[in-house]
Amino acid sequence: MTNAAISPRILDAEGKLCGADPELDKGLLRELFVHMMRVRCVDQRMLKLQRAGRVGFVGSMLGLEAAMIGSAAALEGRDWMWSGLREGGAALMRGLPLSEYIAQMYCNSNDTAKGRQMCNHLQHAASHYPSWSSVIGTQITHGVGAALAAKRRGLDEVHAVYFGDGATSSNGFHSGLNFAAVWKVRCVFLCVDNGWAISVPSKAQTAAPYVDKGKAYGMLAHEVDGNDVLATYQATKSLVERARAESEPALLVLKTYRMLGHSSSDDPSLYRDQAEVDEWAARDPIKRYAGYLTGLGVLGAGEQEEIEAKLLEEIDDEIRTQEAADPMALKTLVEDVYAEVPRHLRRQYNAFIEVAERHGEARPGDGAFPL
Amino acid sequence: MANLTLLQALNDGMKTAMRQDDSVVLFGEDVGLRGGVFLTTEGIQQEFGSERCFDTPLSEDGIVGAAIGMAMNGLRPIAEIQFQDFIFPGFDQIVSEAAKLRYRSGSQYTCPLVIRTPYGGGIRGGLYHSQSGEAYFCHTAGLKVVIPSTPHDAKGLLIASIEDPDPVLFLEPKALYRSVKGEVPEGHYTVDLTTIREVRPGKDVTVFCYGAMVPIAAKAAEQAAEKGIEVNVLDLRTLLPLDEDGVLEYAKRTGRVVVVHEAPRFCGFGGEISAIIAENAIEYMEAPIARVTGFDTPFPNTLEHHYLPDDRRVLDAIEHVHAF
Repeated sequence: MTNAAISPRILDAEGKLCGADPELDKGLLRELFVHMMRVRCVDQRMLKLQRAGRVGFVGSMLGLEAAMIGSAAALEGRDWMWSGLREGGAALMRGLPLSEYIAQMYCNSNDTAKGRQMCNHLQHAASHYPSWSSVIGTQITHGVGAALAAKRRGLDEVHAVYFGDGATSSNGFHSGLNFAAVWKVRCVFLCVDNGWAISVPSKAQTAAPYVDKGKAYGMLAHEVDGNDVLATYQATKSLVERARAESEPALLVLKTYRMLGHSSSDDPSLYRDQAEVDEWAARDPIKRYAGYLTGLGVLGAGEQEEIEAKLLEEIDDEIRTQEAADPMALKTLVEDVYAEVPRHLRRQYNAFIEVAERHGEARPGDGAFPL
Repeated sequence: MANLTLLQALNDGMKTAMRQDDSVVLFGEDVGLRGGVFLTTEGIQQEFGSERCFDTPLSEDGIVGAAIGMAMNGLRPIAEIQFQDFIFPGFDQIVSEAAKLRYRSGSQYTCPLVIRTPYGGGIRGGLYHSQSGEAYFCHTAGLKVVIPSTPHDAKGLLIASIEDPDPVLFLEPKALYRSVKGEVPEGHYTVDLTTIREVRPGKDVTVFCYGAMVPIAAKAAEQAAEKGIEVNVLDLRTLLPLDEDGVLEYAKRTGRVVVVHEAPRFCGFGGEISAIIAENAIEYMEAPIARVTGFDTPFPNTLEHHYLPDDRRVLDAIEHVHAF
C-alpha cells in the first residue's frame, strides 16, 4: 500500500462512498461495526452508572467510535497501543476483557491496577496496552522509547501513540515527535482531534494546523475524517505498514468531535454552542457506517438493534458481577511502590493497621508485615 | 584492584554492566563520541557502538520519557542528565511516571532505569551547575536515590542501581569526580542499596553525611580527634529508601548528632534525619541535633566556598553538640 492510498474521506455523511472503495472483506466490515457498537453501549452504561453514583468518573467516548476502532483495528496483536483518556473502547477490541474494564471503573479487587487509579485509566499488558496517567502527553515519549527498544531487540512491533488535540501543546508531544523522527522508530502518532481540550477550542490551542507539526519534525503527516471508520482504518493501516517496512514514524490527525463534556464532571454548555454539537451529530460515525453497511447488504433490517440488545445484556451481566466484588485489601496501600515492600513502609503500614484493627476496619489478610 | 578516580570507577561500572547484559543502553546529551562533558562515558561508544551508547536531542523531558518507554519494553536504560540543574524539564517524567508506574499498574509494568547526573558545588559553576536537588526526589515514593562518595562505592552502587528492578536517581558528586582516588575491584560486584557505610568509628559524636560532604566531614573528624573528640562519620549512600534502623542505631550510640549536606537547609534531607531521630530516639539525645548545610538561597558563584559547608563549620558543630 502506498501513501497515495490515504483518502481524507471514504464515506460521506449519509454513508455513501465518496472515496476509493477500500474493498474490505465483509466479515471485517461487520466486525468493525460491532466493535463500534460495543464502544457506544459501554459508554452509555458507564455514564448511567456514574449518574447513579456507582462509579466516580467517565470520560465519554460518544462520537469517537470510528476514530478509535478504525485506527486500532489497523494494528497487529504484537503492536502496542499507548492510550489517552478516550481509547478504552479500543482496548476491548484488542483483548481487554469486559470484566477487567468494568472492574477498573469500579476500582475493585478485580482491577488489575488494584484500584489505584481513578476510573477510566484502563490497562491490559497482554495486548500491550499501558494505561495513560492523567498527566497529558507523558505517554508520547514512552511510546517512542519503547519503539526504540523494539528496534534494538529486533522485535517487529509498531507503537501507536494516541493523544488528544490539547496534548499537541505538551512537552511530550514535541520531544516525542522529534526523538521519533531523529531515531527513525516505528511509531504512528494518532492525534484524536476532537476540537476541545476540556473548554479550550483548537483556535486557542494552536496557530498552525496539527498536521503541520508532524511535517515540521520531518515525518509524514496526514489528516483524515475521524468519523469515517473506513478512512481512519485505511490511513492508519497505510502508515502502520510503512512504519513497519521502512522504520519511519508518521503523524495521523483524526478529525472528530467529543459529543459530550470532557468528563462526567464537566458541563460543555458553559463554553460551546449547541449548534456546533448538532452539526456534528449529523456526522455521527455509527449512523453513517450503518448506512453504508445496509446499502452493502452487510447489515439487515433490525440487526443494529439486535446487536445493541445483545451487547447491553453482556455489559449488564458483567456490571452485576463487578458490583459484588470486594474492595482492595488494605495491604495494597504500600505494595507495588517498589519490587519489595521496604522496611519504612512496613513500619508505616503496621502502625496504621494497629489503629485500623482497633476500630474494626481491618479484614482477614490485612495483618501486619513481618519486620 | 586498580587505583581509580571516582569518575573512572563510574566509567568502569557502566562498561562492566554493559559487558554483562546486552540490554543495558546508555544515552544523553554528548555522551557518545564526546564521552560526556566530564568524560564520564569516555570510550563507551567506541567499545559498544552507537546502538548502545548514543546522543539524544537536547530535551531532558524526552530523555527521561524515552528511557521509561525503553525500560517498559525490555531494556535497562542508563539516561545521563548533563547537570542535575537541568533535570527539571524531566521532573514530570521522573515523579509522575517513572516513580509511579509500578504502583499505578499493580506491577503489570515496571521501570528498571537509572538516571545518572552530576550534582553539587565546588566547580565555580554558579547557580545552574552546582545545585543539590536530592530533597525534591526523596519526597517521591517509588524512586530510589543513591549518592556515592568513594570510587569503590561509585562502581558497586552504580552496578547495583542498573540491576535494580526499580527506577534509581544516581547523583554523582562532581566535586569528587577527580579529587578522590581509591582501590576498585576489577569486574562485576555490587554494593547493596540498603545500608549506611561507616567512614570512621567514634564514640562521642555522630555525623551523618553523603556525597561530596563525606571527605569534608572526615577532615573535620580528624581535627576533632586532635582535640580529643572521637567522631563517628556515616555515609548514608542510599537516601531513599533510607536505612532508618541504621540511622537510629548510630544516633543512639553517641546521643550527639550532626547532619551535613550542601543543599539548602529548609526541608532538606537533614530535616528528615533529625525528625526520624526525634520521633524514635529522643530519649537517647544528649544535645540538640545540629545541621550544617548550604544557605536557603540560590547557589552563589564567587562566594561558593562560603556557601558550601567546610571542615571548619562542621568542626564547629561537632564541638557545639559535644560541649552541650
